[in-house]
Amino acid sequence: MNAHLRCMAGIVRREALRFLQQRSRFLSALVRPLVWLTIFAAGFRFVLGVSIQPPYETYVLYEVYIAPGLVAMILLFQGMQSALSMVWDRETGSMRVLLTSPMPRWWLLLSKLLAAVLVGVLQAYVFLAIARFWGVEPPPLGYLAVLPALLLSGMMLGALGLFLSSWVRQLENFAGVMNFVIFPMFFASSALYPLWRVRESSLSLWWLCQLNPFTHVVELIRFALHLRVELVSLTIVTVALAVFGTLAVLGYDPRRGMMTRRVASA
Amino acid sequence: MTVQAAARPADAAASALPALEVERLSFSYGPRAALRDVSFRVMPGEFAVLLGPNGAGKSTLFALLTRLFDAPGEAAIRVFGTALRREPGRVLARLGVVFQQPTLDADLSVQENLLYHAALHGLPRAEARARASEELERIGLADRAQDRVRTFSGGQRRRAELARALLTRPALLLLDEPTVGLDAASRAFLLGHVRRLCREEGLAVLWATHLIDEAEEAARTFVLCGGRLVAEGTSAELRERTGAAGLAEAFAALSAGGGE
Repeated sequence: MNAHLRCMAGIVRREALRFLQQRSRFLSALVRPLVWLTIFAAGFRFVLGVSIQPPYETYVLYEVYIAPGLVAMILLFQGMQSALSMVWDRETGSMRVLLTSPMPRWWLLLSKLLAAVLVGVLQAYVFLAIARFWGVEPPPLGYLAVLPALLLSGMMLGALGLFLSSWVRQLENFAGVMNFVIFPMFFASSALYPLWRVRESSLSLWWLCQLNPFTHVVELIRFALHLRVELVSLTIVTVALAVFGTLAVLGYDPRRGMMTRRVASA
Repeated sequence: MTVQAAARPADAAASALPALEVERLSFSYGPRAALRDVSFRVMPGEFAVLLGPNGAGKSTLFALLTRLFDAPGEAAIRVFGTALRREPGRVLARLGVVFQQPTLDADLSVQENLLYHAALHGLPRAEARARASEELERIGLADRAQDRVRTFSGGQRRRAELARALLTRPALLLLDEPTVGLDAASRAFLLGHVRRLCREEGLAVLWATHLIDEAEEAARTFVLCGGRLVAEGTSAELRERTGAAGLAEAFAALSAGGGE
């Protein structure tokens, strides 16, 4: 194994160990979507009828409709938490240590991203397994087909987190991230309601949802679970990954000095 | 690229190249100047102290030395003749750093922390394990290798961070206020260990501090004040220059003149 791969393996290993050590984090990562699935969905299924729409071939339970959105939510939280925890005061040091590695910066960021995504994917599968008890039963092969969608989506959302961590100073606590990133992205998407419903109430909001890359994460996962490829979503998620990834690498580029304020404010 | 540990510092001592050479380094955060035209050298085997009060620019200097960001303009940072900006990988591979803020993962064992660091430098796992036990042994933490860092005292954490920095066998060791918050015994241990490494292994050290007594026996002291290097020399030379009786008075005289 060469030095680059050893470095990547080390970063992934650390992320996995940390995750296993912090049981409360694992638990809350699971409880969050389960609360939505077991309580919110139960209450909401009577309010919101979901008609037949692709990729579903029959009427589906509301639980089934929102499951892909909740899987996407797991990836969204994981992406934000892992990227931003790197720069929060408490842990400023871990970023400094990472960046003293002689490996190229983009490789370090890619490794960090991959590590977070693998942990996120693990959480997603545990959630999907539990969700079977609430009638969320995609075809067995769907569990395999969703893997590339989860990896790609996780990378995109993680890259978004890394980009925000380097560029946006106001997001240095999790409340800020919840208010300005997670909630708007989650609610202005197809995670909780089909977009044709949104269109009926507001066309501009519908456009916002269409432009939201998170919508396409949800749809990519939804279709993949049912063994179909949603090409528009695939394209948008890939483009978003390229854009956020590039911005993240620029943000951590020492020549651009986005990191100066970390020291200035210390 | 194979990022192997640099040759043992003893080899480096043979060459005349400075371990660290900083040339005309200036840096501002917006309108606020943090460093102004700072130049200095640390030779192999030398224990150099960077002395300065809080806010003198030490942390900025360390951020630049570890390439968190680059300084604009013609400034240069060279480690054994290699320019940091041109070949950051080569420079960082020869650098050991102990940061001011705690940087260990409290939830992991100290051994896992060290292995993570070794992986960041691309060391093979078997070698990393061997070196980790070796360094922990030297620093008196061998029996705690499997314990979580959370259970460690401040002094033990610092020692573990030093062991981690030495894992990659650096030729130049940078320490940013390593003794902050430590009791007298831990301070003395840390200082003694690092000085022995200079003496016996030819390691070059830049030790930043605001504590004057830590500079007392330094081969060379740089006094940083208001972002400017206001004096340089052994503690005897600094006393002589200012006509002060002790280094503390000399430091007071120098910082009064330098920090505008």
